[in-house]
Amino acid sequence: MDNIELPKKKRKKNIHVMTVVVYILLSVWAIIVIFPFYWMLLTSVKGYGEYATEYIPQFFTASPTLDNYAEAFTAVPLALYFLNTLIFTVITTAVMMIVIVPAAFAFSRLSFRGKNVVFTLFLALMMIPNELVIITNFQTITDMGLRNTFSGLILPSVTSVFYIYLLKENFEQIPDDLYKAAKVDGTSDMKYLLKVMIPICRPTIITIMILKVIECWNSYVWPRLITDDKAYYLVSNGIEEIRENGFGRENIPAMMAAVVVISVPLIVLFLIFRNKIMEGVSRGGTKG
Amino acid sequence: MKKNNLKSWLYLLPALLFLGAFMLYPLIDVFIYSFEEGYNSASQTSFGIGIYNYEYVLHDPYFLQALQNTFLLVIITVPLSTILALVISLGLSSIKKVRSLYQTVYFLPYVTNTLAVGLVFMILFKKTAYSDGLVNVLINLFGGSSVDFIDGPYWAKMFVLCFYTIWIVLPFKILILTSALASVNETYYKAARIDGTSKARIFFRITLPMISPMIFYLVITGFIGAFKAYSDSVALFGTDLNAAGMNTLVGYIYDMLYGDSGGYPSYAAAAAIILFVIVLTITVLNLLISKKKVHY
Repeated sequence: MDNIELPKKKRKKNIHVMTVVVYILLSVWAIIVIFPFYWMLLTSVKGYGEYATEYIPQFFTASPTLDNYAEAFTAVPLALYFLNTLIFTVITTAVMMIVIVPAAFAFSRLSFRGKNVVFTLFLALMMIPNELVIITNFQTITDMGLRNTFSGLILPSVTSVFYIYLLKENFEQIPDDLYKAAKVDGTSDMKYLLKVMIPICRPTIITIMILKVIECWNSYVWPRLITDDKAYYLVSNGIEEIRENGFGRENIPAMMAAVVVISVPLIVLFLIFRNKIMEGVSRGGTKG
Repeated sequence: MKKNNLKSWLYLLPALLFLGAFMLYPLIDVFIYSFEEGYNSASQTSFGIGIYNYEYVLHDPYFLQALQNTFLLVIITVPLSTILALVISLGLSSIKKVRSLYQTVYFLPYVTNTLAVGLVFMILFKKTAYSDGLVNVLINLFGGSSVDFIDGPYWAKMFVLCFYTIWIVLPFKILILTSALASVNETYYKAARIDGTSKARIFFRITLPMISPMIFYLVITGFIGAFKAYSDSVALFGTDLNAAGMNTLVGYIYDMLYGDSGGYPSYAAAAAIILFVIVLTITVLNLLISKKKVHY
């Protein structure tokens, strides 16, 4: 009996130690993740004078102030950058849905000549990196005189082969019988798509929309290429502009206030749709 | 089902138009650009056809610098971030309390604006006239001397870039690996425990083989992502990456296209195709290795 009891106790103790080690490791990484957020929030409420005199940065502030936020909205057109990003995000996402939903429907429900060829072509396009096509797109948009316009920003950002694929897979899970029944009743394809398929697939559609919104909100490269007029800057370009010559390089607290303002919408979106976003990303997101 | 050709094409039309104009046409065009010598974007004329653009790019010191930076970034961050994500996911799946809180926290970098949060990293690491920055204060605390991580020596800048890149890419990897770990069938573990198998053996003989497809998926997407690094570097070092010596391949392409050093779509096209060939080669190699090693 003793022989069996002893190792068991020992093992239990080991497990205990292991658990503590695991919690410590996880907490260390959690702190590394959280800390930059804390630091930007903290710095954004420090007075400029207070920040400038701290040779050793302090972890707390005794006199928080909102002056930096006022500065962020008045010294640079932050509200305008915000509005631009909002317009860009909403229109791009909306147009994308109008483009991809019918395409996914055609691939999943209709049969037509050349379907397999076109679909294979679509899949092949999924492998093409953006860097390869952006050069010509830049020339195209420039030639069309669409630099510094919303059309120029939006048009090349609309297409996403991957989302067509994702939606098609989802549409195909709807039983065929439903479609046949609707056909017998004389329902048109369009009506069937709008009244049956879209409501059934709403979770996937919402996931796709959220992922696109995140992508739009953070897009940097294309807007940078296509806009050099500050009136059309998105937040990413705005923050880069602020960094290069915004409040004066030394006014870090105001800069951090702008960073907080830019980061908050997506964090709020994430906290509301946490499960949807994480599920959607594990199904179809890539970054890094 | 009866064929309804015309209607189907109508449904596809918007997608076809967009893809044709902004993906298919540019794809063909970029190859043409890359072989047109001395192309002038103002007059839209070129001298002739040849491989001069490739020769120019491959001899450009800025390109070689970008190539070196990108390769270093890839070699350092891909293995490190994958291993780190694996360790964290294993830790996560072994606990029950506050697990979902940890998961939420770990995912935060995914939904942040790379440019914006990069600024926070910059002020944490930067050494200025009036303050050494928080990281240097910590280094001093442990007896080291201050280093300027943003404008200082090459290794220090590389360190920050790698650190920030890992910070950014880890949420995705942790998410994928935790769900992979959760999907391993419990019965295997139960059987192993009854047989008295050691924990290390369970990990190497059951867990690792079971999640190996996902690990390889992460390695492949990790390679592709790291080769395309750009905005992380801009966030930390500003838009003039050539001056900072921290440019990446993608950054080189964009600099050739536009900005102070821009106006050379042919060089940009050649560089983009070189990048594409590198990424394609690495991906194919990865797939070949994974066919041999991964248990599906």
